[in-house]
Amino acid sequence: MLISKPGNIPSSEITPKEHYLNRRAFMRGAISSAAALGAAGLGAERLSEVIAPRTAVKADTKLQTVKSPLTTTGEQLTSYEDITHYNNFYEFGVGKSDPAKNAGVLPTRPWTVKVEGMVKQPKTFDIDTLLKMRPLEDRVYRHRCVEAWSMVIPWVGYSLSELINQCDPLPKAKFVQFLSYYDKHVEKWANESDIFWPYSEGLRMDEAMNPLTLLTFGLYGETLPNQDGAPVRIVVPWKYGFKSAKSIVTIKFVEKMPPTTWNEQAPNEYGFYSNVNPNVDHPRWSQKTERRIGLPFYAQRRTTLMFNGYGDEVASMYKGMDLRKYY
Amino acid sequence: MKRSTLILLKTATWVACLTPMALVVYQTVLNTTPDPTANIALTTGYWTLLLLILSLAITPLRLVAPRLSWLIKFRRLLGLFAFFYGTVHMLTYVALYSNFNVSTMIDDIEKRRFITSGVAAYLLLVPLAATSTTWAIRKLGGRNWNRLHKLVYLAAICGCIHYWWQVKPGVLSPMRLTIVLAVLLLARPALAWVKRRKAAPVTAETV
Repeated sequence: MLISKPGNIPSSEITPKEHYLNRRAFMRGAISSAAALGAAGLGAERLSEVIAPRTAVKADTKLQTVKSPLTTTGEQLTSYEDITHYNNFYEFGVGKSDPAKNAGVLPTRPWTVKVEGMVKQPKTFDIDTLLKMRPLEDRVYRHRCVEAWSMVIPWVGYSLSELINQCDPLPKAKFVQFLSYYDKHVEKWANESDIFWPYSEGLRMDEAMNPLTLLTFGLYGETLPNQDGAPVRIVVPWKYGFKSAKSIVTIKFVEKMPPTTWNEQAPNEYGFYSNVNPNVDHPRWSQKTERRIGLPFYAQRRTTLMFNGYGDEVASMYKGMDLRKYY
Repeated sequence: MKRSTLILLKTATWVACLTPMALVVYQTVLNTTPDPTANIALTTGYWTLLLLILSLAITPLRLVAPRLSWLIKFRRLLGLFAFFYGTVHMLTYVALYSNFNVSTMIDDIEKRRFITSGVAAYLLLVPLAATSTTWAIRKLGGRNWNRLHKLVYLAAICGCIHYWWQVKPGVLSPMRLTIVLAVLLLARPALAWVKRRKAAPVTAETV
């Protein structure tokens, strides 16, 4: 019988740290999957959330940021854990915890953003060029989902208008369209929902040029985690969250109102403008109140603010518009 | 079946049925989920429908495998647990979503069809829970009781519709439960048809 003496182990036999951490993650995943299968099939996926609880994984790179006068004050920030584990990103699954589990496969480097349509010259920007184009600002914004929950998120980015000024849009361009990354081989969960991809969103030109509209690269002072729309997204804080397109690959300047994914999916529920408005109900629920994420169940509910509280900065764009008609 | 085995199985069933509730209570009290209100509503809603569907699986199983006829002893237990989760689900809507505001709730029932179907499904379960006792079965008589309890099919269908109308258009989460329910609802007439064909074979002489 061959018993090797301790200290005779060649370095080639020592498992590198990444591998055994991955194996432990694999074992945890395997055990929790087995436990989930072992229990009553349909109901057991809830059990696995307890056996392998989520851990907050901070994104890779710290970002150099400056303070911004456009940041929102007087609100308690939602925790990083909640912002990165409670997401609607249906390309990675329709469950709120699916993007955190599955978005690891999103390839964020190399990444380019194509600018095309009614511009003097179509351009392609590398993500690292975009990151250096303007000083990155800390902008805390309220985030109101159409599903009537809300968060307060410390984003990092600069006004989209800064990029638009570099793009020389033609006078004919009245709208901006945003297209998100889509690859059916990578985002294998995209067919869990009956939605036509890639995700498309759009803004009127004045909405896109509003200083609040943020070309966003990070949150909590670091680059965006994949599930929050890495490596670059927009944030439009006075509109329902689905307008804030994630993982953008194309920005197109167009003459007519562009098609947007949720409006195509259910036109009576999701309009183009989708301004946060407590007076205009969603057909299936009231928008008068919202649930603040992270608070205990008895403290969640609060009144929804017109334009999500950003009326001073944006209301003038909608003067004279019937916001019930243009929901 | 030995009495001790039955007691063991019933205890296991109680534990299994209470576990999701215990988990929800734990998550709510310690505030471990991002959206506790939605967590309570979605978890209790899902388990109401699942338990109702499991209770509907018992009769088809007994028809297919007569050795499993003891399962009938568990049907009431599962049904009542479904009603329990349905009640918590309904109370969550009343207290946490509507803030006990009656006019808000009436508005919802009139305008939002997923609430209408949810309320309908719950109201259908109430007489079933109320007449679940042995006393009620005796008082109603077997045939009337059976007739009344056929409402469980309608309640399960309303519950399924409620789920489909609640999710965003395009989301397919309710599909699995719907397929299982459809199979179970179709199983009864299918198995009854098989039984009839076995019992009375048609010959040339029978007119």
